[in-house]
Amino acid sequence: MTTTDPQSDFTETVHGVYVIVTILASIVFVVVLATILVLAIVFRERPGREARQFHGNTRLEIVWTIIPVAIVAIIAVPTFFAIADTTDPPPEDAITIEVTGHQWWFEFNYVDEGLITGNEIHIPAGQPVSFVLESADVIHSFWIPQLVGKMDLVPGHTTGLWFTANDDAARSEAYLGQCAEFCGLSHANMRFRVFVDTPADYATWVANQNADRTTPSTDALIAGEELFLASACVGCHTVNGTSAVGGRVGPDLSHIGSRETLAAGIMENNRENLIAWISNPENEKPGVVLMPAFENLMTPEQIESIADYLLSLK
Amino acid sequence: MATAAETIALPTESAYESGIWSWITTVDHKRIGTLYAVTGFIFFLVGGFEAMLIRAQLAVPNGTVIDASLYNQLFGMHALTMIFLAVMPMGAGFFNYMIPLMIGARDVAFPRLNALSYWIFLFGALLLTSSVLFGGGPDAGWFAYAPLTSEQFSPGRNMDFYVLGILTLGVSSMAAALNFAVTIINMRAPGMMMMRLPVFVWMTLIISFLLILALPPLTVALTQLLFDRHYTTHFLDPNGGGDPLLWQHLFWTFGHPEVYVLILPAMGIVSETLPVFSKKPLFGYRAIVFSGIAIGFLGWAVWAHHMYTTGLGPVQQSIFAGTTMTIGIPTGIKIFNWMATMYGGSIRFTTSMYFAVSFLATFTIGGISGVMHASPPIDTQQQDTYWVVAHLHYVLMGGAVMGIFSGIYYWFPKMTGRFLDEGLGKLHFWLFFIGMNMTFFPMHFLGTAGMPRRIYTYDSGLGWDFWNMFATIGSLVITVALLVFIFNFFRSMRTEPNAPNNPWNAPGLEWATSSPPPEHDFDVIPEVRDRDPLWYDRDNGHAPAEPVPGTHIHLPPPSYYPILMALGTLLLAVGPLTHLAITALGIPVIIYSIWGWALEPTD
Repeated sequence: MTTTDPQSDFTETVHGVYVIVTILASIVFVVVLATILVLAIVFRERPGREARQFHGNTRLEIVWTIIPVAIVAIIAVPTFFAIADTTDPPPEDAITIEVTGHQWWFEFNYVDEGLITGNEIHIPAGQPVSFVLESADVIHSFWIPQLVGKMDLVPGHTTGLWFTANDDAARSEAYLGQCAEFCGLSHANMRFRVFVDTPADYATWVANQNADRTTPSTDALIAGEELFLASACVGCHTVNGTSAVGGRVGPDLSHIGSRETLAAGIMENNRENLIAWISNPENEKPGVVLMPAFENLMTPEQIESIADYLLSLK
Repeated sequence: MATAAETIALPTESAYESGIWSWITTVDHKRIGTLYAVTGFIFFLVGGFEAMLIRAQLAVPNGTVIDASLYNQLFGMHALTMIFLAVMPMGAGFFNYMIPLMIGARDVAFPRLNALSYWIFLFGALLLTSSVLFGGGPDAGWFAYAPLTSEQFSPGRNMDFYVLGILTLGVSSMAAALNFAVTIINMRAPGMMMMRLPVFVWMTLIISFLLILALPPLTVALTQLLFDRHYTTHFLDPNGGGDPLLWQHLFWTFGHPEVYVLILPAMGIVSETLPVFSKKPLFGYRAIVFSGIAIGFLGWAVWAHHMYTTGLGPVQQSIFAGTTMTIGIPTGIKIFNWMATMYGGSIRFTTSMYFAVSFLATFTIGGISGVMHASPPIDTQQQDTYWVVAHLHYVLMGGAVMGIFSGIYYWFPKMTGRFLDEGLGKLHFWLFFIGMNMTFFPMHFLGTAGMPRRIYTYDSGLGWDFWNMFATIGSLVITVALLVFIFNFFRSMRTEPNAPNNPWNAPGLEWATSSPPPEHDFDVIPEVRDRDPLWYDRDNGHAPAEPVPGTHIHLPPPSYYPILMALGTLLLAVGPLTHLAITALGIPVIIYSIWGWALEPTD
């Protein structure tokens, strides 16, 4: 989540201003504090010292009006250039991703590629990516500290920002993102992950995500899919290539098995956690009420069967 | 304090009646000031307790001390308590007690209105705080961004307590602000020209105008929210044609001037204490006063810097970046003038002076970090992170609270006739100074490391663990510091009053009367010949005027109508929380109070 290791044009621009301002601020900090300390020591009460009685000095007033004016001017100039750089419209060839904030997860819709996913996305290094931001409920804020600064998702408004990840930003480890505007009970649990891929890896990922779900290969998985399709799950979740289509209340599960984390980045995606999540989501994430606790609706064996099926959807 | 007109007593004799009823019906500015200060300090401890729970939860990753629901109430209640119930009232305590004394008046312009302000404040504070007993405190932060606050997303009573509590407190602040503006402009002693007013009085005047102008937009926003929640309007509801950003504009149009309402009293206090303990006049009086006025004006032109990340657009970002950075200029001028006040002095390092000098340093840190995220591109990284938490606490703890403590140690002998112990005072200072910096400086690092605000839990491995634990330890040091202060207070209150009229050899009029002052403040209204009247009189051989025997001093009689009217106001506010019949009940109570108030004999 660090803000001091920028990996895109956006965050490098911001970091450039930040460095200038931090250097200036540090100089002011040291000079003012040192002066206060020196004044306190030199002019402390001592035998024989008389306080000199004077009321002011116009020339000094002018000098120390000019000093902050100059500092502010030095900060303002790069600030204005950076504002221009960070708010200009995205280029035509940018990959457009619509982001919809929900309490408490992010839905991502790759408009041109026609694929929908949740909480984890892949983007190519060296290619501009434009995010169009909307909210389905309350105000959220989209933030990937190393790749892009914050922008709020305001219901009734469409906001946006774009950036190009550095060519050498591609790595297997995810860049972390988090909702940065307080959005209710589980605001702290609204996280997401961004994988910056090489262009080739990105193309592979898109092809995989665009494909229908992995067809169940064993009897156990086929049984799991039947159970899933007959359950309440399909009211809210989509799995492409099955009869569970159209539900966009919850995250798209077509390739859930390929994700690193569950429940908006709060826990590792493994069998144990997935079973715990399906059994009682609110235990894992306070305030989740749209998804029922399936431990009240199914047997543990049924939940395990569905979990195994979902994890097979790579 | 019964007699309406009385022959003046010698300053050392107290004409006060004691007993609860005399406090309930008091219209004396000194007693009301004491009530404000003590109530404010008690809520300061409540707010501190809320902060300690927050720090306990965040001490380690995936903390389990409190749950998400309680945490979300606590960070909102901590802000509301500290802003509306602690720092503002402690400032109001000084305004009430000191302003009439400092301008050479016998009371404020409207003494009963003054009592009304206090009682409405107290009832509003109790209403807001009682929410924790009736289903939970406000859980959408003090900023309460729509539409999270709507009936749909906040179905409980939590946000109703917020709306009605703040509306009630707003009535109190509005009455108090008008009272002080009128008092300062009209009640000055002969010769106390505007440019001879102590800086603390000037800052109070600026604050009064800020509040008079800032409370209406807040009231509008709160009323819209109340009606959206209960009476089917859609001001803030995007699905009904409203706009959640409207709330943010209205809230911050109030909210940013409010920041200056919190910090300007401290600026006023150190403008009194720095010269007294440096034993020389304030350097650049005019520059400091006009900088304060400039801050007051500029405070209206910066609200959208709280909204850089809402998609304002480049032009708006640039304008608000410019205005926000501009505020750094008068603030810088003030700091330089305060430093120049120390230059050439013979500085007596009392506890009050420790806090004043520390104010210069710690407030400067908050000022610098403020100019840093005045830059919108930088703010896209710092907004809603612990960087901002660090910044605002350097301004409010390192600024406002440091200043208030400087004022407490300075004016304590005047208010009580007793001294706080200097040894314990310095222990209090050092613990507070170290604890405050331990708690809040690392939050700059946490913000830079990407830790968002208002999260009740975080994972380990993000580089946040060490500094969070460090900050929590710092907050324990602050707690110890406050315990030392409380001990010092009670220890001092058990000693015999022995403070002379002017123990610090200070120049202000409040030191021209006894400690504590008599009910009528001054035997003879002093005449002011200079900006530092007592020093001028001392150096030029002017003796205080002798009281003329047989003079009658008119003092307003005690009245129970203010508290009755405050009760009526409380009933108005309780109605929407319970049953509107209670609001209907409040109306006759208020009408009866106004009627009795208007016809009450005043002498």
